[in-house]
Amino acid sequence: MIQVRPPVPNQDDAFFWDGARQGKLLLQRCAECGTVRHPPAPMCGTCGSLATDALECSGRGTVHSWILSHHPTEPDEAPRVVVLVDLEEGHRLVSNLVDTSPDEIHNGMAVDVCFVECTTTDGGTITLPQFLPAGRTATDR
Amino acid sequence: MSDVPEHRRAVIAGIGHTEFSQHSGRSPLQLAAEASLAAIRDAGLSPADIDGNVTFAMDGNDELAIIRSLGIPELRFSARTRGGGGGACATIQLAAAAVESGHADAVLVYRAFNERSGHRFGQPQVAPNPDPAWNLHKPFGLDTPAKIYALAFQRYMHEHGLTNADFGLYTVVARDWAATNPNAQFYERPITLADHQASRWIVEPILRKLDCCLETDGGVALVVTRAERAADLPSVPVHVLSATSSQIEHGHEMFAYYDQDLGEHQEAAAVGRRMYAEAGLTPGDIDVAMIYENFTPVVFLQLEALGFCGRGEARDFIVEGHIGRGGSLPVNTNGGLLGEGYIHGMNNIVEAVRQLRGTAPNQISGAEHVLVSAGRSGLILGRRP
Repeated sequence: MIQVRPPVPNQDDAFFWDGARQGKLLLQRCAECGTVRHPPAPMCGTCGSLATDALECSGRGTVHSWILSHHPTEPDEAPRVVVLVDLEEGHRLVSNLVDTSPDEIHNGMAVDVCFVECTTTDGGTITLPQFLPAGRTATDR
Repeated sequence: MSDVPEHRRAVIAGIGHTEFSQHSGRSPLQLAAEASLAAIRDAGLSPADIDGNVTFAMDGNDELAIIRSLGIPELRFSARTRGGGGGACATIQLAAAAVESGHADAVLVYRAFNERSGHRFGQPQVAPNPDPAWNLHKPFGLDTPAKIYALAFQRYMHEHGLTNADFGLYTVVARDWAATNPNAQFYERPITLADHQASRWIVEPILRKLDCCLETDGGVALVVTRAERAADLPSVPVHVLSATSSQIEHGHEMFAYYDQDLGEHQEAAAVGRRMYAEAGLTPGDIDVAMIYENFTPVVFLQLEALGFCGRGEARDFIVEGHIGRGGSLPVNTNGGLLGEGYIHGMNNIVEAVRQLRGTAPNQISGAEHVLVSAGRSGLILGRRP
């Protein structure tokens, strides 16, 4: 089981983690002009508004880039595939590709979100949005 | 072009550094003080002549501790640059702004750390990081610079059909330069591409160990003053023909994944355009380029962004021999941060000064213009105003 180094959510990004816990992939959106911004920011760089709501994404996307993460001196339990996903709504997100062998990964492959509850290095739990090859179902983790 | 009169333009008058090692055995403050005193003396000045300083926001050496160690009576200008190694050339930009405006007459620039025997930048971030930018990345496993940057480099590889062995082409050149530079930690230790390919994976399939810079203990310092002041000094001044920086709206020092084209170093491109315009030069006028490299792929991205070759052409540019001995654009003639050592890019500025003074271990004959790129900041230095 991978132990995740937890985030330190703040007023600007807590909605993302709350959404993940509810099985939703949320991106911050300006409530005035509708500009979506990811990573989150407290003010809209387009119109200056402080009012926000959230865009709930479909969870469909494609792999923009990827790496195999296994640090030589402090390896994860199993190597993790870190991906940059181009979401179909037009925004990019960092996540992991799960239940996928490295030799089947390629730039542009279609992926779908899933939500995985992980234990954290400080003894807690966190739900992370993760991705699977499109059409595949997550194994019970 | 600058509207500052020539006699008031900034010059680098002094350079100094400690040895570059894996274990300095002394405090970062001592390294900073040693490098600083060496640079001040190299300029032909005394500590009492220094009235300004610049370092990195990340530097752990307090200005007041430095001036107390050196015996500098008062600073009337003190500034720190944002960022990591991307700020290397911004230190000179800040110093140049200070002396050209008259806010200081002689500015000491320093950077010193025990980055190998003390806090290693390359190790995983274990403690919670107060910078919220880490929140959306570290839980997914992006906890080291190698992983963080590799996620962007993979896209560049994909676009141009490159493999890790292509990045090794740069390492072989850097280690060749380092092999004949006595200051380099890899002095007399050249490698082949096979050696590069035999080094262990750091981030598969992008970076091997020999794609990574060399975590180093050491200190580097430079002294910046005005041309009119340097004219009275015994040292050979090197002229700052351009110094500029670029921070873009959706950029990020590490997590630059969003709203941008990962196949192009946008900040370096902006820095390059501005530098050439300010200096009245073109890429073809540059005799030596010192290019920041925390990891090999950033050399490729900067060669392209700075106009030395076209997008996706850096591999062929290196294969054709342009950046090595006898090439049209010798790059990182000290061995760079992979071969000499990683003092956050500041040792590359020292090498640029040496090339223009004619005192570099791997001297390029007749060097008139040296470009120094730290990606997000850059310099063009000249032998003449």
